[in-house]
Amino acid sequence: MADVTFTVDGTRITAPAGTLLIEACKSAGIEIPAFCYYPGLSLQAACRMCVVRIEKMPKLQTACTTPVAEGMVVQTETPEIAQARKATLQLLLGNHPLDCPVCDAGGECELQDMTFKYGAADSFYAEPKNHREEQQWSPVVFFDRPRCILCYRCVRMCGEGMDVFALGIQNRGASSVIAPNVPAVQSPDDLAHVDCEQCGMCIDACPVGALTSGTYRYKTRPWEMNHVATVCTHCGDGCKTTLGVRSTSDGSEIVRGDNRDKSGMNGDFLCNKGRYAFDFANSPDRITTPLVRQPDGTLKPVSWEAALDHAGKKLRELRDTRGGKSIGVVGSNRLTNEEAYLLQKFARSVLQTNNIDHHRTADYVAFAQALSDHPGRTASQLDTTTAKAVMIIGGDPTNENPLTAWNLRSDVRLNAARLHIVNHQQIKLTRQAKSFLQISDLSYGALAAFLAGDDSAVDGLVHPAADAAAFHTFRDTVRAEESLLVLIGNELRGEDLKRLLNFGVTLPNRKFALLSDYVNSRGAADMGLLPDMLPGYTPATSTNSFGETAIPMAAGLDMLEIFDAAAKGDLSALYVVGANPVLRYDIDPATLKNTFIVVQEMFLTETAAIADVVLPAANLYEKSGSVTNSFGDLQQVSKAGDRSGVRSDFEMIVRIADKMGANIKALVPFGKGTYADMGQTRGAQSGEADRHAVWLTANHLEPRTSPFDANAILDEIQRLVPGYDKMLRLQLLSGNAQHLEPAAQPSNATRRDLVLPSNDKLFTSGTLGRFSPMLEDLQVNDARLAAQKLVQIDNQAAAD
Amino acid sequence: MSEVANTIFSPELAARFDKLVTIYPLKRSALVPMLLYAQDEVGYISDAVVTEIAQRIGIYELDVRNVLSYYSMLRTRPAGKYNVQVCTNISCMLRGGYELLDHCKKQLGIGHKEVTPDGLFSLEEVECIGACCWAPAAQVNYDFHDNLTPGKMDEVFAMYREGRGKDVK
Repeated sequence: MADVTFTVDGTRITAPAGTLLIEACKSAGIEIPAFCYYPGLSLQAACRMCVVRIEKMPKLQTACTTPVAEGMVVQTETPEIAQARKATLQLLLGNHPLDCPVCDAGGECELQDMTFKYGAADSFYAEPKNHREEQQWSPVVFFDRPRCILCYRCVRMCGEGMDVFALGIQNRGASSVIAPNVPAVQSPDDLAHVDCEQCGMCIDACPVGALTSGTYRYKTRPWEMNHVATVCTHCGDGCKTTLGVRSTSDGSEIVRGDNRDKSGMNGDFLCNKGRYAFDFANSPDRITTPLVRQPDGTLKPVSWEAALDHAGKKLRELRDTRGGKSIGVVGSNRLTNEEAYLLQKFARSVLQTNNIDHHRTADYVAFAQALSDHPGRTASQLDTTTAKAVMIIGGDPTNENPLTAWNLRSDVRLNAARLHIVNHQQIKLTRQAKSFLQISDLSYGALAAFLAGDDSAVDGLVHPAADAAAFHTFRDTVRAEESLLVLIGNELRGEDLKRLLNFGVTLPNRKFALLSDYVNSRGAADMGLLPDMLPGYTPATSTNSFGETAIPMAAGLDMLEIFDAAAKGDLSALYVVGANPVLRYDIDPATLKNTFIVVQEMFLTETAAIADVVLPAANLYEKSGSVTNSFGDLQQVSKAGDRSGVRSDFEMIVRIADKMGANIKALVPFGKGTYADMGQTRGAQSGEADRHAVWLTANHLEPRTSPFDANAILDEIQRLVPGYDKMLRLQLLSGNAQHLEPAAQPSNATRRDLVLPSNDKLFTSGTLGRFSPMLEDLQVNDARLAAQKLVQIDNQAAAD
Repeated sequence: MSEVANTIFSPELAARFDKLVTIYPLKRSALVPMLLYAQDEVGYISDAVVTEIAQRIGIYELDVRNVLSYYSMLRTRPAGKYNVQVCTNISCMLRGGYELLDHCKKQLGIGHKEVTPDGLFSLEEVECIGACCWAPAAQVNYDFHDNLTPGKMDEVFAMYREGRGKDVK
């Protein structure tokens, strides 16, 4: 729209016509206070804090509902306005308890700030305050009614933002109250509850402390924590979560996860896992000392030196006697890119094996190969916020990729984007969809063929509810879109995926993304945690070296073949870094009886329980590095928490290599920077998981003087890994996301994709979810609500 | 989903609701009339009424409860057979509305929004019922009684007790 020019407090401002005055002023650096206004949500004009004087208008106007106009003359801070705001605050404080010293929001409360600014702490109301007890609406949402100032932000956030509508406003006038969707009268425990996705967005939006979080309430004050913005370790969306950490006697405890730093690609959004499910890190079940299996069969705590020595010597012996081909390596979806790269480099060069794999949750190899010669065709997560039209094939973003779902809902609501969905179930996003077609869960291949132009494939798609014409109409609609963002679930793999993408790139303005399950699923594939692919999807059969490193020139064993080899007695050793294949792939532990197993893990999982050496590992919240989300957006991970006794996987891999007698300078190209004592001799500080990185970060240095410095490997990744050569270090270090396109060599070779979806929904998250008390509570809560609904349906049926 | 298979309402009211949701540009505009009609038939807005109305309009039960709780003339508990509504707005107040209300409270032995133990009467203090010219006035169900005095009110009670009163719904 055309720009208009107007004057605010004597400053001339230009903004596009239609911009709200409050937003235009914000862009110009003029703050207008508001409680009920929230960018992106519908307008409420309920709080009257944003009143301003506009010339030629009879009364004070609300800046949050007034669009800017040519020649408008506005005053935002005059004694008249200050008085009006002060009066509003006095009304709000009429029943607001002055319990700031114990309130969670104290110190980051908008009402508190405004009261300080306008000096409305004295009240004219002599009446006693109307107190109500605090209510627990769910394991994570608490409501303190007297603190509520009725701004309706939570109601709109839940309804418009989340499309859940679990909160409403009931009663009238002074007795108005925010009400959850399970009223006390319908609840078996006679208490009101929320039946919702438990995202906690209402808590985030609340300008005061009326809605508080189950994990954080009454634990600490905002200024007592350090706030570290890092990437959430759960799904593959790449949200930034700001972790509030506090020192404890054995490290640094994470007390809060929230969205305080809105600089991430998730903007306003964070789901329940990003917000609450950091508690696995504080779990008392964590392993904090290395364990080694004794001759009597028990696991016994030993020193780091003893454990690493044992692991290193044994691996070396087995490699030298039975060959690298008899060793298997299993990596993780939650390692940083640097660790994943180092792990495969260690496997290929030190262990001399290509038998390396990870739990694959989407077929990124096929994706990269199909799009490798087509720059500009891979989508970034940011594209989901602005795309004019989106097609989702398979997947269930609401449950599996909550940020993607949030972005798509916002895109539909704010930009009138058109959403087209094909799925085997009626996923929740169909409520925003322009068109939806249901297919059988076995016919995604036929769908790919049909969308790619094979009309005969429609026979494999039709069912009683959708005839061939419906599919043709759908395809015509999608093809008619001028531009299209295509989000693909893990249902499409291998040849089918390639077929769809190969056709897709023949049309202009099509961008693609493949959704996966874990924080670095994409990075694990990009970094070559695969038996047949080196980093950057370089075929392992094509070369006997990667960079300066000599590697075996043959495809190794994949995940299933590794365990088949174990069953046959051909696997001498298994090195597992942050994975639990025994449970995930239902491996019979008896088949691994004669295999020497080294496991780096946080918890004594099914795999760790049968290991010969267990090394306590730090998690993603306790180390630095980078991760790549499922869209291919690279982001920096910062160390937040800490636990004494654990070490980063990076450090453990290097130490094992050292004990094996490998040339560490070749493994990690460190020591090319300053040779001063940069703090690494501070032995007394032992106990920090990644102490060197902490110290360096604190001093804004990255001299790569340590073999445990992930940045040394990052240099090599940038130098050698196709696709990652485009990485901008400044972007990365600034905490910004940058989209990287995969640069694979096209290939028509058929390969086993071995994709095993993790099927993690809102309240589960692989191994981490099993050790997160809050996620467990939420699962119990969810099951209870579901059972309650069944009882209600039964009662209803009985009544009928 | 506007038509409901196992309706809790009478066939006439169900048919009325089937039509009601079709005549507004927005379905949910039918919410308040539906609540009023349902209250007249059922006596109050029960959980079952909330459920069915939400289903008929295609909104959440929470949305129904949000609106329901806003209006004081919608009740969520049964009233007496005869719901006595005494006006105390300005005209009635000047002509003895409060005395009338106090008298009713004393005679019936119940307070605002309460029901007599036999379930025959319930009492409510209400806002203007549009009978200012004949203040003070009271409404028993939908039947008006005006120019009242405490004595006249006793006659009204007697009339209903003896079953002579009109039971306008």
